[in-house]
Parts: sequence; C-alpha cells; structure tokens
Amino acid sequence: MTGPADKELLLQVKDLRTHFPTRTGVVKAVDGVSFDLHRGETLCVVGESGSGKSVTARSILQIVDRPGRIVGGSMNLTRPDGTVTDIASLDPRGRQIRAIRGREIAMIFQEPMSSLSPIHRVGEQMGEMLRIHFGTPKPERRRRVIELLNHVEIPRAETAIDRYTFEFSGGMRQRVMIAMALACNPNMLIADEPTTALDVTTQAEILALIKKLQAEHGMAVMFITHDMGVVAEIADQVLVMYHGKVKERGPVRQIFHAPQDEYTRMLIGSVLKLEKKAEIRERRAPVAEDAPPLLDVRNLTMTFDGGLKAVDDVGLVIRPGETLGIVGESGSGKTTMGRCLLRVYEPSGGRIDYRRADGSVVDIAAADKKTLKSLRRDIRMIFQDPVNSLNPRKTVAQIIGEPLALSGMGRKERDARVADLMAQVGLEPAWRERYPHAFSGGQRQRIGIARAIAVKPRLIVADEATSALDVSLRSQMLDLLLQLQDELDLAYIFISHDISVIRYICDRVAVMYRGRIVETGPTEEVTRNPRHDYTRALLSAIPHPDPDDRRLQHRFRYAGASES
Amino acid sequence: MILFILKRLLFVIPTLFAVSIVAFAIIQLPPGDYLTTLMADWASQGGAVEAGTVAAMRERYGLDQPIYVQYYKWMAGILTRGDFGISFELGQPVTNLIWNRLGFSFLLAFLTLCFVWALAIPIGILSAVRQYSITDYSATFMAFFFLAVPDFVLALVAMYVWSTYFGQSVGGLFSAQYIDAPWSWGKFLDFVNHVWLPVFVIGIGSLAALVRIMRANLLDELSKPYVTTARAKGMSEFELLIRYPVRLALNPLISTLGWILPAVISGEIIVSVVMSLPTTGPLLLRALLAQDMYLAGTLILLISVLTVIGTLISDILLAIADPRIRYQ
Repeated sequence: MTGPADKELLLQVKDLRTHFPTRTGVVKAVDGVSFDLHRGETLCVVGESGSGKSVTARSILQIVDRPGRIVGGSMNLTRPDGTVTDIASLDPRGRQIRAIRGREIAMIFQEPMSSLSPIHRVGEQMGEMLRIHFGTPKPERRRRVIELLNHVEIPRAETAIDRYTFEFSGGMRQRVMIAMALACNPNMLIADEPTTALDVTTQAEILALIKKLQAEHGMAVMFITHDMGVVAEIADQVLVMYHGKVKERGPVRQIFHAPQDEYTRMLIGSVLKLEKKAEIRERRAPVAEDAPPLLDVRNLTMTFDGGLKAVDDVGLVIRPGETLGIVGESGSGKTTMGRCLLRVYEPSGGRIDYRRADGSVVDIAAADKKTLKSLRRDIRMIFQDPVNSLNPRKTVAQIIGEPLALSGMGRKERDARVADLMAQVGLEPAWRERYPHAFSGGQRQRIGIARAIAVKPRLIVADEATSALDVSLRSQMLDLLLQLQDELDLAYIFISHDISVIRYICDRVAVMYRGRIVETGPTEEVTRNPRHDYTRALLSAIPHPDPDDRRLQHRFRYAGASES
Repeated sequence: MILFILKRLLFVIPTLFAVSIVAFAIIQLPPGDYLTTLMADWASQGGAVEAGTVAAMRERYGLDQPIYVQYYKWMAGILTRGDFGISFELGQPVTNLIWNRLGFSFLLAFLTLCFVWALAIPIGILSAVRQYSITDYSATFMAFFFLAVPDFVLALVAMYVWSTYFGQSVGGLFSAQYIDAPWSWGKFLDFVNHVWLPVFVIGIGSLAALVRIMRANLLDELSKPYVTTARAKGMSEFELLIRYPVRLALNPLISTLGWILPAVISGEIIVSVVMSLPTTGPLLLRALLAQDMYLAGTLILLISVLTVIGTLISDILLAIADPRIRYQ
C-alpha cells in the first residue's frame, strides 16, 4: 500500500459535531471529530459501543436518525474535477445532498436482513439507484443490475434478481447490499459494521470482496467496526473513537505497534490478551485425564419438527473442573445442543449421563420431571443476551434470589446469600434493590452469572456469554468465570463462535459443523494443528490483530464450509 | 399461491358449519318458541286459545321435534334445495324476504369499507409523519372521540342535526317516491343523497380505529433500517415514504379487514334499525323478538357466511401484498 501523501484528498472532515437533544439534555454523539480520507484508501473507524463511530458515518450522508442533528464543523468533499462541496452545510432533505447520496458516496449497513425491504424484489431495490441518479430506462436497468449481481459473485444472477431478501443467506444479502452500493460507481463507500452479523468465514469473503472491488474501482472506503482483527486485516488508516471524540488517528501499523493514546493501548491490549491462554489457566494443574466424567454425552440427536437434524450423533465428555468449548458457526447446532443438555429442547435420541456429587449416574435424556428439577440445580445456564435474559420488572436481588427461593431457602438467609453472590461477581451489594435497566451490559452479564452460581451448581452451560460485550469487558468477564471456577470447582461448557474466547478459557474444544462434531481435542492442539479441513478453514478465516501478518488473503477454504 | 388459497378455502367449510350450529343454538336460547310468543300476543289481546290448537300448530311447524332434528331438516333444506325454511310470522319462504335486503346490507358494508380505507390511510400517514404535531393531536383526539361514541347514539344525533338544522329527510336509503320505483338515474342520485349519512355513521368508529393502527404501523416502519438504506440511495423523502414504510405498513392494515368487516356488519344492523334502512337489520330485530327462528337463523347464517368470505378475501389480498406469507 502506498502512503496517503501521494493520493488526492477526497473527504476532509473538520471538527464535526452531531448532537442528539433529549429530555435529559444534549447527547454529544459526535464531538469535534476531524479526519482526512484519500482516494483509494481504507480508513477504519474503530471504537466500542456508544463511541459515536456509526453516527459519524451517518453524519457524512446526513442520514442521522431524528432527533440527531449536525450542529457544527465542515465536511469538504472534493470531486475528481476539482470542485469542492461542504456536505455539512447542505439541507438534509435537499436536492444537493440527495445527488451525493448513493451517487458519490454509497453506504452499506450492519444488518443486511433489515436494511433491505422484505417485500420488494432485490432487483427493484438495486435498480432504484440507477433510476434516481441517471434515469436509466427499465430494460437497461435490469441488464446493469444483473451485471452488478454477477460482479459480486451471486450465482445465477438472472434468477436472483427477481427474488426476495428472505430467500438469501446473510452473506448473500450483504453481497446484494454491496452490489447496490456500487451501482453508480461511487467515489467513496461507507461500510457500517458490514460483517458483524455474519459468520467468520462469510466475513472473510465479504472483506475480500470489498478489497477486490475497491482495487477495481479506486474507491475510498470508510469502514466502521469494533473488531480490531478486521482493522488489522484491511485498514490503511485508523481512527480510534471513544465517547464521540477521536482518541487517536494514524496509519494502521502505528496504531497497533506504537499506540500513543492510553485508550488505544487498553483496546489493543485487551484484544492481544485474548490471543493467548488465560493467565489463570497457566498456573493451574491440568485436569486429571482419568477422572470419572461429570457429563458423558453419547449419540445425542435432536431433530426439529420440520425434519431438520440440528444435532446429529454428538458425543462429548466433560470432567469435573474442566472447561469444554463448543465452537461453530451459525446453524451448526451448537446452541440447540447446549439446550438439549438441560432438556430445554427434547433430544430425539442418545444418552446424557450425569454423575452426581454422590457418585450415582443419571441419564438426563430419560430423566423424569422430578429428577430434572433437581438436576437443573446442578447444571445452570448463562445466556448470550444480558438485556433480554433478565426480567426488567424484578430487582437484582429478586433475580439472583429466584433460584434460591425455588430451592426453599428462607428470606433472611437468602438476602445474605444474594449479597455474598453480588460481591463474588464484582457487583456492589448495595445495588441489590435496583432494576436491570440501571446496569450496563457487562454488569448485567455479571447478574446473570450470579444467578447461575446461586445454587452452587457443578456445571454451567454458557451460550455465547460474552458475545454481546465489548472487547475490553470480554476478558474481564472471562477472568471472572475462571476465578469462580477455581473457587467453586465448576465445570463449564462454553458455547461460542469466537475462537479467541475459546482459546482463552477452554481446556478442550469440540468443533461443530452442521450438527456434527468434526473434531475434539485439547484447545492448544486443535487451534495449532487442526486435523479436520473445516477447522482449518474456520481458523484461517479469523482476522488476526496484526497488520504485519494479514492472513485472510491466504486463508484455507473448505468446500461447502460457507453459506455464501 | 393456489395451494394457499385452496388451503384457506378448506378451512372455510368447518368454520361455516360451526357458525350454522351456533346461529341455530342462539335462536333456541330464549325460553319458549314462536308459538309461545304468538299465544302471549293473543292472550294480551283477550283471545283464549285451546291447548289442542297450540299442539296442532306446533306439530305443523315441526316445533315438537327435538332440536337436532329441526336443525337437520333446516340444513338439509339449505344444502339440497336452497330452501331456508318459512318465516312463521310473515308466512313466506325466507328466501323471498331476504335477498333484496341482504343486497342492500352488503352494498352498505362495501361502501363503508371504501370510505373507511380511503380516509384512514392518508390521515394515518399524516398523523405518523407529523408525530406530536397539531395535526397528529387533532387526529388522535377525533379518533378517540369517535371510538368512544356508540354508533346508535351517533345515528340519532346525526339524524336530529340533519333534519332539524338542514331540513333534509333522513332515514331510509330512498325518498318516498323512489322506494318502489325501478332503478333510474334519478333514483341513483337519490340513493347517493341518502346513503352517505349511514355510511358515515357506521364507518366512523372503524375509521378511527384504522387511523390509529395505520399511525402505529407506520411509526414502527419509519425507524426501520431499510428506510435509512433508501435514504442513503438519494431517494426523495416523499417517494421514499410512499414506496417503503407506507407500503409495508399497509400489510397489517389489510389483515384488519377480517375484523373491520364484522364490525361494520354489526354496526350496520344497529344503525339500520335506528335509521330504518331497508337492510337486514330491522328484519333481524323483528325476527328475533318474535322468535321467528328460520328467518333469524338464516339472516345470522348468511351474514356470517359473507363475513367469513370477507376474511378469506383479506387473507388472499395479504398473500398477494406480502411475499413472506406467500412463500411460507
């Protein structure tokens, strides 16, 4: 990549301020942001949730949702013919800004499902771009749309053009979005977390596609993301945002190897921390291989009513005090499998042998209601979504105390136990009377963990427990789980799509693909020397947070591994 | 798509069967039958009736048989001969009495639906796009007002105002000279002159409800990401509004046809009694009071049949409008 110095300036943003007036005061979502974007360059805007990166992107097209408004600053767009327009000064509903939207600066969004209308045909939505800006007649529009669909490698473009978005997979929809954005050959593409909702293998393909198209069209790309791995893979320049302000900006190598700002250092640090095994685990003695298994799953099968085999002949062993990771992409059946273990879903076949504390073995798959109730005290769950898995009408004390009340503990004793539990997961016991909405995402997940450990379980099934959290919180949460494991002698089944999380916390890992387990082994061994081709493809599709070691270009593809 | 319609049609059959049973059962619910009502009438006029006469009449009308036999005979007549039985009170086959009135009933319902939809959509859109503006607040206030006013009260007030202050003839669907006249241009104009008031009275409650639904639907859609996508394309705000959020907000509105239609029909029955319209309303009321079971039963059955068909049409329309339903 050539440096920005020998490239023409495309967009110069100076002191941009976008505010949201609310009843409780003005929210300064973007507070004095400045940056330059050069032709053909990729600028990654990175930050955690609430940093204002998305609002910055939307401000450029003046499509900030109400009541947000640009209150100051300038955004000078330089055209190839040398004319300059200050976008910030344009009327957000006027003709001039509309001529820029889509024509000169196009944008793609995070959720490719909801960002396209479900009831209009794909071709119609794409063709609109040409109709609005060039008034292209219908037959030519259709020809051009098919051309675009071919360009983004959508198979059978001639029939795909007349289909609806819900008939496409997530990756395909994002391809459609990209094709649409390219319709008018824009000078600049804004991509707002375009791969966040996608699987890693699909993400790798979409990133490669954007890179390829960028090289062909000479576009500038402004890429919004929270994933430092993605940044390292694609960025030329990086803008680090925090609370609406720019913390640091510079070339990607400088940001990763010599970060100046403290926040940037913390961000890079927490990403790099997750690249290795957790420190707590380094100190531990290895789990005894010959210990009798806590849970022994054999030939577990679960078929949905429609005939879909979500879990197909799965076998797993987990020993006391061990952490087993289940890794796989969406649709691999990992969540369904986790729920079968607690009989949230009824397995259609197989055995789940659980060894009680007294040494007796019981088959969960065949357990009756009463046994199941007692088993659910031993095996608990932590969910992905810390917002929706807590009842908003109950106080934290009630939420954490619920399993205790169900086990028949008296009120006084329960109160004391709740306070202990809160302290144990790092929450202030004085907050017990508050409701979940008063807590941040990370704190809510701590509440979920406190609820799970309340009745002293022996096994916890954690389903994507850290996926909704920002990266800086993620390692804290994982450390908490490891610390609790030491204190309470817990075993975890850790379901995740995120290999770095698995590598950090898990002793052993099982890789799931289309309902089957394709590979099991010690985490180190599986991540270093994967035996199965799918595991290799999965591992090589993960963005690596080191701009000097961009791996996605050389990644390994597994035939049929990806939905795109 | 064809499979979808066939499936829906198949569901219609058991529904109608259930409706017919319920209709028949409702008529049997009050104590006594047509003859007890008749005897009471006679007795109040001073006439004495011998017990033997009553028994003979009961036998003649088939009222001495068990209910399920009566139901079976009624159903068999409908299904095999299109014979809905005889009205006791009027001494005529039910078929002769109702078709004309049923026609007017449904014409009125149809006109009301058109009126309701034609106004609800633009008002709803305006109310949503200008949320919390004067327009929105006025629309909201009017909507809640008309939702709260019962339609028979509205009918009385409208008739009073119209006749007292404007001196116009109210009630009925025609002026006196046209009632029995054959259809002509003059009669048509007279009909138009009369029909708008009942249409307004019957429809206003549903109109208010639909305005609220349209507003809520559209407010949901306006904040959807695909609207931002369309805006990022450079589409003008008005085109964007009509093409995307409004188009999607209409889908749930189509499915409201399923309950707007029964609301309109039952509203029509009540309003017709008040405004003495030549529809099924007054006839049904009289038949129910006199326990004229075959007439009342047939009216309820036919009104239900047409409502079920209306719901079927709304299902089909929705499938046409929304590919997600079609492809399920």
